Amino acid sequence: MSVTFKSLENILERYPPSPEHLISALQDVQAKFNYLPAAAMTAVCDHLGVPLSRGWAVATFYKAFSLEPKGEHDIAVCLGTACHVRGGRNVYDKFRRDLDIANEEGTTRDLKFSLRQVRCLGCCSMAPVAQVDEEIQGNLTQRKAGHLLKMYRKR
Amino acid sequence: MQMQIKNFDDLELAKKVGLTELYPDKPKILVGMATCGLAAGAQRVYDLLHKKAQQAHWDGVVEKTGCIGFCYKEPLVDAVFPGNPRITYETVTPEIAESLWMEMAAGKIPENHVMARLDVDDMILDGGPRKFYKGKLTGFLAKTPRYEELDFIKLQRHIAMRNCGFIDPDNLLHYVARGGYFPLYTALTAMSPEEVINAVTTAGLRGRGGGGFPTGVKWASCRKAKGWPKYVLCNADEGDPGAYMDRSLIEGDPHAILEGMLIGAYAIGSNEGYIYVRAEYPLAVKTLQRAILAAREAGLLGENILGSGFSFDIKLNLGGGAFVCGESTALMASIEGKPGEPRAKYVHTVDKGLRNRPSNLNNVETWANVPVIIGKGADWYREIGTEGSKGTKIFSLVGQVKNVGLVEVPMGVTIKDLVMQVGGGVPESREFKAIQIGGPSGGCIPKEHWDLPIDFDSLWEAGAIMGSGGMIVMDNSTCMVDVAKFFLDFLIDESCGKCIPCRLGLKRMREILEEFSTGKGSLADLDELESLSEAVKDGSLCALGGSAPNPVLTTLRYFRKEYEAHILEHRCPAAVCKALITYSINPETCNGCTACAAECPQDAITGEKKQPHTLDPSLCIKCGACFEVCKFGAVAVA
Repeated sequence: MSVTFKSLENILERYPPSPEHLISALQDVQAKFNYLPAAAMTAVCDHLGVPLSRGWAVATFYKAFSLEPKGEHDIAVCLGTACHVRGGRNVYDKFRRDLDIANEEGTTRDLKFSLRQVRCLGCCSMAPVAQVDEEIQGNLTQRKAGHLLKMYRKR
Repeated sequence: MQMQIKNFDDLELAKKVGLTELYPDKPKILVGMATCGLAAGAQRVYDLLHKKAQQAHWDGVVEKTGCIGFCYKEPLVDAVFPGNPRITYETVTPEIAESLWMEMAAGKIPENHVMARLDVDDMILDGGPRKFYKGKLTGFLAKTPRYEELDFIKLQRHIAMRNCGFIDPDNLLHYVARGGYFPLYTALTAMSPEEVINAVTTAGLRGRGGGGFPTGVKWASCRKAKGWPKYVLCNADEGDPGAYMDRSLIEGDPHAILEGMLIGAYAIGSNEGYIYVRAEYPLAVKTLQRAILAAREAGLLGENILGSGFSFDIKLNLGGGAFVCGESTALMASIEGKPGEPRAKYVHTVDKGLRNRPSNLNNVETWANVPVIIGKGADWYREIGTEGSKGTKIFSLVGQVKNVGLVEVPMGVTIKDLVMQVGGGVPESREFKAIQIGGPSGGCIPKEHWDLPIDFDSLWEAGAIMGSGGMIVMDNSTCMVDVAKFFLDFLIDESCGKCIPCRLGLKRMREILEEFSTGKGSLADLDELESLSEAVKDGSLCALGGSAPNPVLTTLRYFRKEYEAHILEHRCPAAVCKALITYSINPETCNGCTACAAECPQDAITGEKKQPHTLDPSLCIKCGACFEVCKFGAVAVA
């Protein structure tokens, strides 16, 4: 989706021009585009009367924002304490190996999957867990993680 | 249709209507649909039951409710047939739901998959218990264990969680039916703000978010502070890994939090409130949005609430996914649209907080306790708990324990009772090793200290903190060096970077631990680790840095031998640290099923079908996939 003034209008008109709304407005942009396009960042900052540098400061401080396009499916693997003691790290590494992601977190080259870590999804009773898009997958093993990827590749 | 609740008569009417909805003269099926229930598949169960009931034009109700705490038995379904005890069914899959439905549609209470029965609904805010049936029970009902007899429940007392699992969280009338918003009426019409503050102080309520600061004292300072407007804030940025009671409270009983904030705002003299909620909890966000809208429509938020002349409204702010924003000054910076960096608190936030105005911040669980203190009285509340810590606390009992879930117990219960009785102990063939309390700022407490009563002060003395109440049970498969490393990783990631001791000190500590876990390092490094810990503690502005070394310090204090095993013997006793372990296949027990070879990402395992396999250690990356799939215990790790 390309960034036009039209596509941002709906978001901008929700917020009065005050710096306080920076995070909320960027959250809406993130939700719409799945990342923060540079053009959108400029538009939001101009509208709210915030220096662009502050916009980037906020965008890089909070985990909720991504500066790069995200994959079609978002895989957030929980590495909270409960998941950690029940083998969450091994599950995470399995995802990383299968998706061939070089860094700790990242997006596959075909933009099919984004893999990231999250600290606690609050489903500790089913540890280790991961959230794929909106769905929570519980009691994961490495094998289940492999099946999960196969399933989503077909979708 | 939404009712207007403008005065006492409206409130009474709302309660009457609410009660007929809560306990109608027809059968009712409840499905637990908080996030934990949904993760276990409750949506499909609900959809199925709902559809079946509609198709059959069933004269009954299918309804969703919050989480009652039994996370390990989810999805839970409850049947309330008029004149009968409430029956809870456990681990209900869609298939089981279908079979339950067949019987219930025929007017029968199903006998299979029963977990327990509830005889009495202890409506604590509504003047007393309500028994579901008269006379004596017969047949299977008489044999079904009562809730109070379950080990998981015996020690529990639900005060903050009073409505969770009973009401539809989206139904304001259900909340009123169980005595909700009556305490607000009492506060607004029969008490002065000072009297409200006094009640909270006398009750001995202490902040449930971690610090344990006396809530009444905080309110009194904020009331006294000069400045206008004043703000009342709710901290719902539940970031401690392993703690999810706030999420569950919001998803199960959002109006309890709104009512608590209303009472607090009246006491402090504020007309504006904010709830800062974690965006990683989509259902909690939606539930709060709906609750705020419903309260506004009913007139319980807005101008001239309940005809008292008091006005208050609440705005919702979504977190950006930064752990440090659970700290008060960082949270306020974030609401202002800035990066969440804490500031020094020479001037307290009750004097200059959000937008430099007097601000009072309390945690979700703290707010949820407030209506009960006003409704039942400070003396009633004081009776529960220990000398220094009054009331109950919700813990999320998770990790290597059989009964995983949310438990609300009076303060002062021992760790042993919590783990062994409520939690049912660690899984078979394992051994309890330690309990981690208080999240990344807390500590690990070993078995030798499990007779410790859990309250704010005893935990502090043992080197841990109450924190928000995450309790992660660890058994002998958990390595303490690895746990310390895990928490440091977390904190390095979440440090905002403002203070050097926290930003760089934690990194250096992490490097030392890495040396240990790869079998390098020396005993002298242990001393350096300790002295660095002290430096980080003393040199950081906020509680994140100030308490960051706790996981390292407590593991060092209680598990020094384990550190020494890594350093001196190059051995990881729990077989976790990858550089120090090797995987092998025992030819005696391997039957050649090939499962491990199929799973190995490195093709390090070879062998003929039905013949013992061998593992080439030079290819092995120690991912543990073979260990996980072997059903015969033939893969050894040491």
